[in-house]
Amino acid sequence: MIKVLLFAGLAEQAKTSVIELDEKQAAISKIKTLLKEQYDLHAIDNAMIAVNEAYVKENITLSTGDTIAFIPPVSGG
Amino acid sequence: MNRFQITTQPIIVEDIVKKVEKREAGAITTFIGTVREWTAGRRTVRLEYEAYEPMAVQMLSQIGAEISAKWEGAEAAITHRVGVLDIGEAAVVIAVSSPHRKAAYEANEYAIERIKQIVPIWKKEIWEDGEEWIGDQLETTAYPNGKPDLEKGDSHD
Repeated sequence: MIKVLLFAGLAEQAKTSVIELDEKQAAISKIKTLLKEQYDLHAIDNAMIAVNEAYVKENITLSTGDTIAFIPPVSGG
Repeated sequence: MNRFQITTQPIIVEDIVKKVEKREAGAITTFIGTVREWTAGRRTVRLEYEAYEPMAVQMLSQIGAEISAKWEGAEAAITHRVGVLDIGEAAVVIAVSSPHRKAAYEANEYAIERIKQIVPIWKKEIWEDGEEWIGDQLETTAYPNGKPDLEKGDSHD
């Protein structure tokens, strides 16, 4: 199982902030496709991605137990 | 004592200042980011902040490390509040101490600019006539390069 975290407008659009994917392994590109198909979350293309709380830029493959977070443009301060 | 925190409670400025007090300091600057009522003619009723807390704390700590690397002897403490905030309340408080005042001013401004680039915190504006997540709107370009500029702290300008 891979855990997906959504925030702000993305969570609102998906109507949930946590999604558990029943996958043993999945590349980031595959996860994005799933989220677009199942939740219509096209805005994830504008989000930064963090895996296990560290920003990643490459299309790495996640395994069971990993957490992927989609981070929309930030607006703190 | 954690110098970098996310809190749901009102921020007490004096508490943040105390975290950077030291005998070597000749100056302490503070920045208080507050909830503004009017933005371009539109009235805000209240704000709601959300954070990816463990990462937000890590990124605040990274900003603190960048400051100590860029300005010798400078030390920062930052607390950002989340949840629902009313007009006038403090959303973020930054304190920077340093041996001399110029560095304390510069480093403090650097901290708030970096918060707006890399710290996973989002602000929802609740207007009189609606609401919206800021930073998730088409008219903003929060990531002009397609990603937050994580390495900026390494360059010296």
